[in-house]
Amino acid sequence: MEIRRIGTPLVEEEIVRLRSGDKVLLRGYVYTARDAAHKRFANALAAGEALPLDVSGQIIYYCGPSPSRPGRIIGAAGPTTSSRMDVYAPTLLSIGLKGMIGKGKRSEAVRGAIVRHNAVYFGATGGAGALLSCNVLSYEIVAYADLGPEAVARLYVRDFPLFVINDSLGNDLYETGRNKYRTA
Amino acid sequence: MREIRCPEIEAALERLFIEANTELCPAVKERIEEAVTQEASPVGREVLEELLANARIAREERVPICQDTGLAVVFMEVGQDVHLAGGGLSEAVEEGVRNAYKNGYLRKSCCDPFSRINTGDNTPAILHTSIVQGEQVRIVVMPKGGGSENYGEARMLVPSEGKEGVKAFVKEMVQKGGPNPCPPIIIGVGVGGNLETSAILSKEALMVPFGLRNEDPRIAELELDILGEINRLGIGPGGYGGTTTALDVHIKVIPCHIASFPVAVNIQCHAHRMREVLL
Repeated sequence: MEIRRIGTPLVEEEIVRLRSGDKVLLRGYVYTARDAAHKRFANALAAGEALPLDVSGQIIYYCGPSPSRPGRIIGAAGPTTSSRMDVYAPTLLSIGLKGMIGKGKRSEAVRGAIVRHNAVYFGATGGAGALLSCNVLSYEIVAYADLGPEAVARLYVRDFPLFVINDSLGNDLYETGRNKYRTA
Repeated sequence: MREIRCPEIEAALERLFIEANTELCPAVKERIEEAVTQEASPVGREVLEELLANARIAREERVPICQDTGLAVVFMEVGQDVHLAGGGLSEAVEEGVRNAYKNGYLRKSCCDPFSRINTGDNTPAILHTSIVQGEQVRIVVMPKGGGSENYGEARMLVPSEGKEGVKAFVKEMVQKGGPNPCPPIIIGVGVGGNLETSAILSKEALMVPFGLRNEDPRIAELELDILGEINRLGIGPGGYGGTTTALDVHIKVIPCHIASFPVAVNIQCHAHRMREVLL
């Protein structure tokens, strides 16, 4: 298993070297957004308005953390199911988004857009929100504060443990992994 | 007639939901530890180790095991010789849930289905009550995340489909979910009754302890048969491929209409959070 240390913003030369199944330790800023925030992104783009963040080269983390206890940076901060964002992801990839972190399968349209735009989809372990919170060094809400747990936040992460699911060549760890161990 | 005061129930619910969300049940931890020794995939083993480390951090730092601290599911058995005093039972449950999610720094994940506007305090709770003999109240809480709940379904099968129909239905749901409901999963199956009782039964099946088989040997055999087949699907921990896709399968059966064969499948993620108390 290849372990790669990479940072944000992502650069294409680095993205194209990532392979489905690689373990990645990520460092840098990522932006949280879930269903409600994505819907607002889509509405803004449809109305010709600017997004509250420049997604160019950035990573969106599908995450709605639990509230932080006093003295901690963030509450539990694991991934939510990515497929609910599938309808919005190709548009964001077309305007420069380079990475997504979540859990679970992506649609054919998203997998195609990942290849077309030299992007990458990472998996974080679902249900490991306490563990992942230890790798978040800062947390700051940057848009849609009224959405509560679904607000867009900027997190600074270090050694954030991920696996490459969908790489820029079109490989999919969920397919290859399952096929490797499938006996029924 | 024994009197139990509703504020006592309210306090118990607050404590149970906070505990359930931050301290992984010892039985789940043991089952995952066992799975680490059996998992064939190195990546799968790494994911399982992450889950054990996660449980330790959650307990020590009082952080939720998962940020999805769920809808607040409550099963309550009320003894018929109990007099509930000092307020309304439903109000006590709502207040207990409200306090738990606020004071325990748990995520409020309840919203209007159409506007998607958050109710702000994780109420209403999902409360199932039953009247039983005796003068005690048994409360089981199960905060249940959306990711796993989304791969559940109640379906009216045809009686002739029998056990093979149940098996095919469970496999279909597990394959449809794949990595999404956070494997290794636990599978609850409710068979019989009607549409709504099969669904509730499937949730109750999730509350059966690991390794405890249905007392009907034919159903016990079906549970093991389905568990074996699920673990040969290759989905594995996190869905990254492996031999541990499900930790257990529990089937509960009750009689149904002569024309019907209701079956419900309820999938639970590895963060199987549950606590109970007897008042």
